Amino acid sequence: MADSLPGLDALLAAADEGVALDGLALERADDETYTLETPDTRETGLEEGELEDALESIPALVSNWRYWDTIGGKGTARRAFLRWCERAPPTDATTEDRTLEDAPFDVSSRYDALEDGIVREWGQLRITVELVDGGEGERRYELRHVDDADRAREELERREDPRDARELSTYDGDGRYRPLKTAPTLRSGWVFPELSGRALVEAVDFFYPATIANWHRERRGELDVDHWLETAERQTGIYDVIDELPREAVDWMAEACCVDSQCLRRREWEHEEGDELEPEGGDGPFPCREPCSLVVAAARKWAILESEDERTYELELTTSELNQLAELIDAVADGRIDEIREADVNDGANRYRARYLRAKRFDEDGGLEATKRE
Amino acid sequence: MQALVVAAHGSHLNPDASDPTYAHADTVRETGAFDEVREAFWKEEPHFREVIRTLESDEVFVVPLFISEGYFTEQVIPRELRLEDWDPEKWDSDGTDASQVTLEATDVGKTVHYCGPVGTHDAMTDVIVQRAESVTDDPDVGDGVGLAVVGHGTERNENSAKAIEYHADRIRERDRFDEVKALFMDEEPEVDDVTDFFESSDVVVVPLFVADGYHTQEDIPEDMGLTEDYRLGWDVPTEVDGHRIWYAGAVGTEGLMADVLLERAADAGAELGDALERVRAATTGSDGVATDESEPTAGD
Repeated sequence: MADSLPGLDALLAAADEGVALDGLALERADDETYTLETPDTRETGLEEGELEDALESIPALVSNWRYWDTIGGKGTARRAFLRWCERAPPTDATTEDRTLEDAPFDVSSRYDALEDGIVREWGQLRITVELVDGGEGERRYELRHVDDADRAREELERREDPRDARELSTYDGDGRYRPLKTAPTLRSGWVFPELSGRALVEAVDFFYPATIANWHRERRGELDVDHWLETAERQTGIYDVIDELPREAVDWMAEACCVDSQCLRRREWEHEEGDELEPEGGDGPFPCREPCSLVVAAARKWAILESEDERTYELELTTSELNQLAELIDAVADGRIDEIREADVNDGANRYRARYLRAKRFDEDGGLEATKRE
Repeated sequence: MQALVVAAHGSHLNPDASDPTYAHADTVRETGAFDEVREAFWKEEPHFREVIRTLESDEVFVVPLFISEGYFTEQVIPRELRLEDWDPEKWDSDGTDASQVTLEATDVGKTVHYCGPVGTHDAMTDVIVQRAESVTDDPDVGDGVGLAVVGHGTERNENSAKAIEYHADRIRERDRFDEVKALFMDEEPEVDDVTDFFESSDVVVVPLFVADGYHTQEDIPEDMGLTEDYRLGWDVPTEVDGHRIWYAGAVGTEGLMADVLLERAADAGAELGDALERVRAATTGSDGVATDESEPTAGD
């Protein structure tokens, strides 16, 4: 049989088992005739020749089936993610899904949209899906930083191997190590111009490990959240102490580490079931299902620090100096230090202002001159 | 489908700590022996806790990229992987014999073959020797040369020292080097006094560490007197007390480490085809001569 329509042979072969995807349904009856169903028609008793003619008239539905057949992996996170990338209807989402904010596209509108490219954002990643010219339904995925949305491809550093994502995600724009992959500090200036579906998923897995798997679980209503107390009580060795962190300190910790300005994962864990933490969990597409290793390591420090008793100190400060201490803390907490101009002495976190305060208020031991009140 | 997970410590502070993990995993990837290969970490991502769910394979081989049996291999990794019914007794090991145990990861319902650490596998002995060849650029190194295998050592975990002594004994039995000693950072005999333990004028020092970091790049070089300040670097070899010290850096950066990962998985029943032969050829040179690079030659 001449394969005039790409994917026809494979489609006919699959018809034995029954085909149903994105509005295309095909079945072979015992009498060797076919039943073809599309969003517009339903035809029964088709001979093979008639079926071929009918399929010729719906090339998008056929090539769409063909592409997803080559992707395979029914029920896997990989397949679900690639379908999400082009706003295809989810086939296995069972719960309310935060990533379904846009209405899904049927094949016809999806193919129209793929002409210009369908764009999705995943953290700081920007994914554009397009059809390969003459590619029989094959898709190509471009991956770049969201901040580079409007830049010409030629201006960006070209990457091919998904493993390059490891190197790109290791340091931020200032060359500092990023121990937290989902921190909003991914550097820009690069592009993977044409990844296959599998390579795209690999690259995303290196940029944001396990985010696709957990997003997929959440969509299926299977996200296994470990709340703070569960994770804390499980720890041993030097982290054994973290379950002693006071309840209110867990709120402060989540505000310090887990809000959107610090991490793009959406925190789904709470103090424990039925006891929610005060800070917002965030708006990202992919969930955080338990405190990460950075939070655990920081919690150890805070658990030790919180075991100290509070005391009252007396120290001499002008009102402006007291305010300056707050400004200094704010500047460090917001990562603003590098933005403060050299001569901006109006900013309390300016280096000269800080040095002046130190010269004036530190004692010979190099600390604030304060007296403990008994 | 079968998958390999390389389980390593990683670091919140040192970006290079995971380099060997990635390099060896890439070498295994290049063989195509596994449908999927993943790195997993205690301090980086994906975390041990979440790695298995990123795999599509039903059968998963987990190989800890750790030097000895102890806290991480016996407690942390199995707990974080949610290995049901795990008990260190199942390894039936006296400290260096752990091979593998087959369990189920409860969050994903997959079969996990949990292997012993790379550091105690017999093939690790070859990696140490290979490391000595690499650092001396001599495929026949041994005659007239002493070899020091250096470990962390710690009072808390006797297995830490056992692994070092195990390989030192095995190399000694080969009668290749004039002298072979096991030395430690935290216990006697100490690496600080390395030249006291050798008569040979040339001594190769191979630290049994997974990655280069504070210990192998700062502590040990300064303690041995290779340099006054690690930031100034040191020569290979360096003259110390009338001996020439060939300091190799962490054995874990040697390309042949990928072979140990595969050996562990093969012992646990992984189907590898000719991957072992190919990795050995790629990481030792086909004529048995070491490549100059400390990273695997296959890869990016």
